[in-house]
Amino acid sequence: MKKMDLQSAWAVAAKDFKIFKRKSQVIYITVVFPLVVGIAFPLIVQYALHIGSGHGITALTLPRYMDAFSVWFLIGSAVIPAAIASYSLVGEKIQKSLEPLLATPMTDGEILLGKTISGLVVPLAAIYAGSVIYMSLMDLVTHSTLGYLYYPNWHMGAILLVAPLICLLSVELNIIISSRVNDVRTAQQMGMLAALPFFGVYIASELGLFAFNNTNLLILAGVILVIAVVVFFVSRITFQREEILTKWK
Amino acid sequence: MIDTDGLTKKFGDLTAVDNLTLHVNDGEVFGFLGPNGAGKTTTARMLCCLISKTSGTARIGNYEVGNRADQQKIRRMVGLLTENVGLYEELSAYDNLDFYGRFYKLDAQKRKEQIEYLLKMLGLWEKRNVAAGTFSKGMKQKLAIARALIHDPQVLFLDEPTASLDPEAAKTVRDFILELKKEKRTIFLNTHLLDEAEKICDRVAILNTRLVATGTPQELRRSLSGRKIKVQLQRVDDCIVEAVKKIGFQISEVTNNSLLIDVNDPEKENPAILKAIEAADGHVQFVTEISSSLEDVYLKLVRG
Repeated sequence: MKKMDLQSAWAVAAKDFKIFKRKSQVIYITVVFPLVVGIAFPLIVQYALHIGSGHGITALTLPRYMDAFSVWFLIGSAVIPAAIASYSLVGEKIQKSLEPLLATPMTDGEILLGKTISGLVVPLAAIYAGSVIYMSLMDLVTHSTLGYLYYPNWHMGAILLVAPLICLLSVELNIIISSRVNDVRTAQQMGMLAALPFFGVYIASELGLFAFNNTNLLILAGVILVIAVVVFFVSRITFQREEILTKWK
Repeated sequence: MIDTDGLTKKFGDLTAVDNLTLHVNDGEVFGFLGPNGAGKTTTARMLCCLISKTSGTARIGNYEVGNRADQQKIRRMVGLLTENVGLYEELSAYDNLDFYGRFYKLDAQKRKEQIEYLLKMLGLWEKRNVAAGTFSKGMKQKLAIARALIHDPQVLFLDEPTASLDPEAAKTVRDFILELKKEKRTIFLNTHLLDEAEKICDRVAILNTRLVATGTPQELRRSLSGRKIKVQLQRVDDCIVEAVKKIGFQISEVTNNSLLIDVNDPEKENPAILKAIEAADGHVQFVTEISSSLEDVYLKLVRG
């Protein structure tokens, strides 16, 4: 069995990055997410605390809201890779560039790894950049109310540790979706369904039905890991030369 | 260079390629003719180790198709021009080739040299930094051929290289293939264009799921349609017709001033025919050999 050639996998990812730079939608989603989540939520909190006379938000209840807002980084971890990976895989299908790629000495695993890297790196960069902006601004806005710097904390650390797993899950799911659709938008929409459970978790946390403590985050990470492993094996079965050339429609 | 024995591919109940046995010599341009759905692309894909075979054997050089250990080696020694060019339209011509060069372990300097050589040879060097998406169909096809040649493969598979190109672009691509032929590279050309096969190929095979015939275009024409001569006369009468028949030749067509005669070996038989015609007071103006086209042969074989 041929040893995995990381250079080849990286070449696939680097090629995708070059293409992403020319796709305005990829640039928008990568830039807009950190700006919206990283800036908008701190501004909302700022408004509620200082301009809106508190709206019932106190130093005691503020952390619960901030923890709930941080769930958006989990949602983003599912949504951004879905949007970007669609360009990477369905884009290849549309341009019919998979067959020449498959005719090279690269293994299926190397191509899949390259696609996974390209689907992971950009979203993770956006998530981490967004989280740095978010934490900095939130601390700035809430310091006077709380009397201490809330971020960085273990809660955000746990979220940022879970984020790559969700990104991975989203990319692998997109590989499966890409084998069945021929349109970037359809693949994106279907891929974004992966974010629904995290929306559910967010709403549950806002309603007080789910506490975002470290134990629950750990459980969530475990569940996502198991699903990601299952989805990885399904995507590995889907991403095989013969399957791609004869069954991908 | 390429050998198959009973090569078969089935997709469920559908047999795409049935019991294909053929041999392609080293340095030969081998044309693979057949209608759409005849199994040409499937054969190329099997030989390039893109899809598995159902049964039979196939070898490229010393490597066995279907043997896991040989798959990478085969992919390194073959280049494939796919039916759809499949270029990265956002990337420049140079970047498209550079990307593929990396998978064949060409170092940066070698890649640069090879890309420059190919793009210059194909007349695309000046456009090297232009996005492939802006190229004309002919330019894209040339770039796709350059991609298939980036690692200087011993065997080149060309799947319908001129399909969907305008006549001028098709000629440019054909001329380039003729240039490649001079390099003594083994070329396996899938096409349904008989004229193209006749101009480019040393030998052709006609496939219609099963192999129908193999040979040089000339051999196929002769073996399947026989040879005919047309004798142009001042005037044809019954005496002349009878005189030709009397010495044992079949006449396929008679007009006022010409005879179409079936022959086996015109170089040897023509003098006797002309002698008989002159003896019957015929005045011969000229004699030409009529050869049936590869198209006639192809249609006869494919339609059964």
